[in-house]
Amino acid sequence: MDTSRRSLFKGLAAAATLSVIPATAAAREKRLAPSDAVGMLYDTTRCIGCRACTVACKEANKLKADVDGYGAGLYDAPEGLNEYTKTVIQLHRDDTTSSFVKKQCMHCIDPACVGACMLSALKKGPFGVVSYDPDKCVGCRYCEVACPFNVPKFQWSNTTPKIVKCELCRDRLAEGKEPACTEVCPRQAVIYGNYADLLNEARGRLAASPNKYIPKIYGEHELGGTQVLYLSHVPFEELGFRFSDTQAVPHTQQTIQHGVYKGFAAPVALYALLGAVMFRNRGAKGERDE
Amino acid sequence: MSERDDAKPAGGPLLTRGYLILLALSALGVVLILWRFIVGLGVATAMNDGYPLGLWITLDVVTGTALACGGYALALLVYIFNRGKYHPLVRPAILTSALGYTMAGLSVAIDLGRPWNMWKIPLFFRDWNLNSALLEVALCIMAYVFVLWVELSPALIAKTRYAERVTPFLDKALLWVIALGMLLPTMHQSSLGALMLLAGPRLHPLWNTPLLPLLFLMTCVAMGYAMVVFEAIFSSRFFRRPSHTAMLYTLQKFAAWGGMVFVVVRFVDLAVRGRLALVGQLDLYGVMFGIETLLWVLPAVLASRTHANDPGRLFRGAMCTAIAGGLYRFDTFLVAFQPGPGWHYFPSVPELFISAGLISIELAAFIALVKWFPILGGIRSET
Repeated sequence: MDTSRRSLFKGLAAAATLSVIPATAAAREKRLAPSDAVGMLYDTTRCIGCRACTVACKEANKLKADVDGYGAGLYDAPEGLNEYTKTVIQLHRDDTTSSFVKKQCMHCIDPACVGACMLSALKKGPFGVVSYDPDKCVGCRYCEVACPFNVPKFQWSNTTPKIVKCELCRDRLAEGKEPACTEVCPRQAVIYGNYADLLNEARGRLAASPNKYIPKIYGEHELGGTQVLYLSHVPFEELGFRFSDTQAVPHTQQTIQHGVYKGFAAPVALYALLGAVMFRNRGAKGERDE
Repeated sequence: MSERDDAKPAGGPLLTRGYLILLALSALGVVLILWRFIVGLGVATAMNDGYPLGLWITLDVVTGTALACGGYALALLVYIFNRGKYHPLVRPAILTSALGYTMAGLSVAIDLGRPWNMWKIPLFFRDWNLNSALLEVALCIMAYVFVLWVELSPALIAKTRYAERVTPFLDKALLWVIALGMLLPTMHQSSLGALMLLAGPRLHPLWNTPLLPLLFLMTCVAMGYAMVVFEAIFSSRFFRRPSHTAMLYTLQKFAAWGGMVFVVVRFVDLAVRGRLALVGQLDLYGVMFGIETLLWVLPAVLASRTHANDPGRLFRGAMCTAIAGGLYRFDTFLVAFQPGPGWHYFPSVPELFISAGLISIELAAFIALVKWFPILGGIRSET
């Protein structure tokens, strides 16, 4: 076996190694909610669509009015989450069912946006809140690509834009208060609390009135679990929750990433291999024909 | 690197009519880029919260860097598989790569919402999120731009008074720089694929596969060879250089067979994961997948029948491979990305002209550099 043929096999071996590692890498462990996790529980059967939560959120977070929607120029009437709106009440209605639904960041237990963010501008902070630090944000918007709930929004109309998303009023939590939206809700349709307590509360409501609800707590298992939980009397897909898989979004990518880059060994090995093969070839001056 | 000493500046007048058109497009692009920073991304582009990544990232970065993988693909061939006879093609390929990657970096800076924080990416290492595929892409591309210009530096300093002092040092160090120039694209081109793994459930199942990193790596090598062929034919026509047709024929064969392997891997993967039924569907996704597959297979058909003296066929094959790879990347980042009902994206006119401007700058720089510096091989007989 001559030098160049041997180097060819070496190269192939290196390539094969790199591509096989992901397949054999140990699957990434499932993340659990932090012990101090807090969250919200929203119940469609209690919501009357008064939008007090939306208004309170805008006040607490000093967000501008969104006057582009209904009655243009007259009302702060956001149609969905956007750069001015961190929480919104939407209406789902068809021939047989009707329901309001509140949207805001789900505060995933294993968030895709946090996995995406280069400098951890988005990270799981105290109480498991997914928080945002604009000083570390370059505005790449990869969090928007990653989030399965279309939550992070970008200030498109701003020349010094930031990401806009619900941070569970973390400044209020630090003062011992609850989020603005849960505080003002007149029907306790959305409540704030310890994550474990909220799960129990939701289970209790399901058990107490099984005919009232779809038999599922959305967010208990979906996409690895979310710290905002939902009870609903209409199917969750109809409220815009597209996904019911239980695997967290970052699972596959991070299993591969960790497999290939574990301890940075594979890249270093490949670099050494490339250098070594080149060093050998340098003397050979191979002018071989194909 | 001494065997490249036969490379010579192409010379000739720079400001031809075609070149002035390139400069005009470049100038328009620069003006629009300045305007984009004044009015913001919302006004300048059609991007939105559903499609937060648009033409610039998909074309100039994701596709552009893959097309700029000629230097990488050729370096693998010359230095790892020890095919020294391809050496005359290396320097122009490195130049194409250096320009392509530099432009990609520039378009990222234009695309970022908060580019003034960009310098923090390499320096704030305590905040590095090692889970982020994008961080890896960003760091690797920054490093690779630097590596490419170092690889090219012998050509750029050859005529200067620094040449004597720097060249011996470069000759020694260059081996490890070139090795780095092969490691970095292996890493970031595969990670470009890993980026869309995080779009996970919102990526159409025909494109969403754990093999994305591997598929992106394979396509960038095929696209790299195709671009070397394309660039060499272009140079031989416009700068009257020897055309190396026999070598290009072999390179395009690599590209074509690389494409075939890609198609096979893709189909096996779909079959294993029970998604093959999606291929035959006549919706947008099934059709795009079909076009991609056709474009990957076509070069193999063209290559298997090509005669060494048919540069037209060679050219068409290379174009096919480049377009196939580009389409695969466009599909993965835009077409197959499903942010949900109500979201639409088609690039705005300024977006299109900024991309056109960046490509014009790249082309204009290429032409100027090969005319002034010893990049292209001189009159060298075919082997």
